[in-house]
Amino acid sequence: MSSVLYDAQGPRAKRRNILYMAVFLVALAALAWWVYTSLDDKGQLEWALWKPFFSGTEAYSTYIWPGLQNTLKAAALAMVIALPLGAFFGIARLSDHAWVRIPAAIAVEFFRAIPVLVLMIFGMALYSQYTNVSSDDRPLYAVVTGLVLYNASVLAEIVRAGILALPKGQSEAAMAIGLRKGQLMRLILLPQAVTTMLPAIVSQLVVIVKDTALGGAVLTFPELLSSANTMSGYYGANVIASFTVVAVIFVVINFSLTSFASWLERRLRRGKKSTGAVLGAQDVANVAGTAATGAER
Amino acid sequence: MFDFLDKYDVLGAFWTTVQLTLLSAVGSLVWGTLLAAMRVGPVPLMRGFGTAYVNIVRNIPLTVIILFASLGLSNTLGVTLGSDKVDTTNFRLAVLGLIVYTSAFVCEAIRAGINTVPVGQAEAARAIGLSFTQVLGLVILPQAFRAAVGPLANVLIALTKNTTVAAAIGVAEAALLMKQMVENEAQLLAISAVIAFGFCCLTLPTGLILGWVGKKVAVKR
Repeated sequence: MSSVLYDAQGPRAKRRNILYMAVFLVALAALAWWVYTSLDDKGQLEWALWKPFFSGTEAYSTYIWPGLQNTLKAAALAMVIALPLGAFFGIARLSDHAWVRIPAAIAVEFFRAIPVLVLMIFGMALYSQYTNVSSDDRPLYAVVTGLVLYNASVLAEIVRAGILALPKGQSEAAMAIGLRKGQLMRLILLPQAVTTMLPAIVSQLVVIVKDTALGGAVLTFPELLSSANTMSGYYGANVIASFTVVAVIFVVINFSLTSFASWLERRLRRGKKSTGAVLGAQDVANVAGTAATGAER
Repeated sequence: MFDFLDKYDVLGAFWTTVQLTLLSAVGSLVWGTLLAAMRVGPVPLMRGFGTAYVNIVRNIPLTVIILFASLGLSNTLGVTLGSDKVDTTNFRLAVLGLIVYTSAFVCEAIRAGINTVPVGQAEAARAIGLSFTQVLGLVILPQAFRAAVGPLANVLIALTKNTTVAAAIGVAEAALLMKQMVENEAQLLAISAVIAFGFCCLTLPTGLILGWVGKKVAVKR
């Protein structure tokens, strides 16, 4: 796509590009120099502050691994609960009966319009005021509640879009051979839609993993981000080092999920000859409309 | 039932939410457009920078970015963004964090918009001798923006909701107010209803209006 915007470069254009590159490089170098000197001024580059992450496993076994486990546990729980719930609401929105369709639509639109953090705070207060969940478990419950309510509504839209993306002939043929509505959905539409939706579902996992960090910052849920906080306290205020390590871990997890989603998408698009479209990572935006901390997905 | 509201500045908190949203929206539109231009441009180094920026930034949780802005940039490195009051500094840091994060998504939305412009248009523009900047600025981007209104509206709605993350560094916006209210009052459902209503008022009209605008301005092909 990009190469359409400019011609193959001749000698003058090449010289000009080298000039641009040099200017850009100088700007980047200036930025890097500013970062370096300000880090150095505050003593953030001292080896003592970075040492815990490069020698020994204490930082990982005491802080990072337990935090990461909690992050992954919350994300996995949220996904496992939100998927069936989302499928239920997505199918309900396609119902022929207005009394099923309209309440489902209202619920989905409502929970999509509200920030995850607000849902988490609501969950936290709900569990402390009305249930006897122990105060240790409350943050996890609250985080999972917030994530489930929000992501179920996004997944509902993904499921709906996945089913709508199937060619109309599928339902027509199914009805022509005399299947009932339930059979049509269960035997014909859903199995195909599930493969269609897989990439979108995987990339929704990235949003969930990222949103667990909210629980650490606001609800005292001991996940990966909050372990960066305790860690920097323990190792003598190595804020920059701790946050860098945690950010890198998040990037590695989410980038592999994103890459897996697009690999899946390419593979499905190639393999599909007969049925409808594949719902890719990018399409979730257009389908799901809003998407919390994941912006376009 | 709602008489606890007199004790709190609900409108003020939502006004902070709106301010955070608008300032970050303008900032990330500018920076995101620049990133998109870099990603489709002829200079390999800038393309690489744009790609790396987008792939790294959108995989870091926004909470990490905003908390880093406060603990790392401000407390450790002493970046104050030109204000001596803690509240103002945190507000500006939150806007900075939101811009850094949101522009990655703005960049992707605009790039998707560029993809909707038929290849022949760029070829024709090049054929009459326009330079890359002219092709992009006069022919491609104006159409790309019109196609990107829908996706950009989604980014804006997500941004509105993402401003709640500023609560993590104590910016007095709606989510922080909600947290204080549920801790002090025993009216969970009423409080949540008020906050939820406020966010619905901000996000649902944005989606409807911009969705309509998007259909209106999109180039029919």
